[in-house]
Amino acid sequence: MTLPIATRTEAQAPPAWLQPVLMLAPAAVWLALLLVIPTGLIFQLSLVPGIRPGQVVNPSGLDNYIRILQPDYFPVLTRSLFFALGTTIACLILGFPVAYWIAIKVPKRWQNLVLLSFVLPLWTSSLLRSYAWITILRPTGVLNTLLGKVGIPALDILNREPAVLIGMTYSLLPYMVLILYASLEKLDRRLLEAAADLGATPRQAFWRVTVPQSLTGIAAGALLVFITSMGDFINPEILGGASSMTVARLIYNQFLGATQNWGFGSALSMVLILVVSLAIALLLKYGDRNAAGGV
Amino acid sequence: MSKSVRSWAFPWLGLISVGLFGFMYLPILVLAFYSFNDSRYSTGWKGFTWKWYIAFLNDSRILNALANSLIVALFAVGIAAVIGTLMAVGLAKYHFPGKRLYQGTAYLPLIIPDISIAVATLVFLAAIAIPLSGGLIQLSLGTVIAAHVVFCLSYVAIVVSTRLTDLNPHLEEAALDLGATPDQALMQVLLPELMPAIVSGCLLAFVLSLDDFLIASFTTGGGSSTLPMEIFSRIRTGVKPDINALSVVLITSTGFLFAVAEYLRYRSDRKRSA
Repeated sequence: MTLPIATRTEAQAPPAWLQPVLMLAPAAVWLALLLVIPTGLIFQLSLVPGIRPGQVVNPSGLDNYIRILQPDYFPVLTRSLFFALGTTIACLILGFPVAYWIAIKVPKRWQNLVLLSFVLPLWTSSLLRSYAWITILRPTGVLNTLLGKVGIPALDILNREPAVLIGMTYSLLPYMVLILYASLEKLDRRLLEAAADLGATPRQAFWRVTVPQSLTGIAAGALLVFITSMGDFINPEILGGASSMTVARLIYNQFLGATQNWGFGSALSMVLILVVSLAIALLLKYGDRNAAGGV
Repeated sequence: MSKSVRSWAFPWLGLISVGLFGFMYLPILVLAFYSFNDSRYSTGWKGFTWKWYIAFLNDSRILNALANSLIVALFAVGIAAVIGTLMAVGLAKYHFPGKRLYQGTAYLPLIIPDISIAVATLVFLAAIAIPLSGGLIQLSLGTVIAAHVVFCLSYVAIVVSTRLTDLNPHLEEAALDLGATPDQALMQVLLPELMPAIVSGCLLAFVLSLDDFLIASFTTGGGSSTLPMEIFSRIRTGVKPDINALSVVLITSTGFLFAVAEYLRYRSDRKRSA
């Protein structure tokens, strides 16, 4: 009879280190196996020129990285940066008025509902959202049919850069609005009233009060949109045609395309991770200064 | 006073916002419109039809892919829910050397582009699978699940840890003072408080897993495709009305999931403020 009681007290007092290990180890093992080691492997692979699947790995230098800088591939990198920057700017310009309108003009009790209905399309398949733009933008599509009715000549933008920018902006606008709303909602309106009382014009109040107070939100939203569009594969692939090769598409081709070169693809992937990390480092530096100087 | 604050802002603000609402819903409405249009190529209205819906419901490849996607999402989210919640609670409770490194790594999948994760996972799987070909690990739905757990885990953990920081830190201590064992304090006090966050984190991860094209296509091997892979292979060759019909069904059902998730969040918020 004493045996069950003894085991029970034993089970009640496990060693102190056991619980944290049990809680943290499963995720740690999973992340190590499927994130950390793989990323190390592609770094190693990026140093191997001309590797095909199944070949023996033998690192030998920076050839793959030098190749990215050559005229064949460098425009791909700059085009990706152009898409990412363009999308970021478009999302800021379009997202700010919407976020501002929801945070300031819409009555408090409706704000959540209005915001949620704005971001609802986020929850639908990103492939299908991008695909929907084909129907709108193709030469005989919805846009050109409407333009034709008012007598404007048809636009041929599908499979070109503008279509990619439209698709990316469409995909990422909800994120921007969500983040800007979160920071504008906390805006201290008394400061705006004070600015108006002290004789500031609306424009001055906007640039000197509203924008500085929401700078953290602007920076966070811009960063999120930038890094997501930098790695976007679906929109350039579906809407961009052959003319809009981006880093993500090039990486895809190195692994699943006709001309496979795993080493080069790994180097491109490392560059992509580097660009994203740089953007985050910039935000952290910028964000700290903002936090220190702002309040 | 508040009137002067209001009148200084852009007068065209509401108009722009309404226009952008139109922009957000236009593609979805266009898909819905053409999914009922009785013509494969026409941009004009050629009469109402259900035939595209019937076509995809009889398409065994699409249904198979849908089943594969659901299997992947259910298993990946199930595993991620357990180890992600444990990780979030563990990170909130314990301090240990290397904690910041652990935390940084855990939330990395939220930041690194999908394509980089996909490539890394493929290379890793190739490194262990090809030497063992015919042996231990084959590219299959199993490897897709393993890869999806990585990002699902991050999303579950970040939602749960947000909730943890809002929670009363003395809740668990109070339970221990009142004589609960550590396990009881965890299972009967902390877990119910975290449940709404776990559920909404899981829903988010579930939708993201269903939506993933890149990681699945890099880790599935030749055999089985998931729904986004099947859709991708079809829409590359142009507009397909049965894909429009499928879109409408998917959008309606994910919209429903979203509504459920928001309702749960709303209810837990109200309970908290009450």
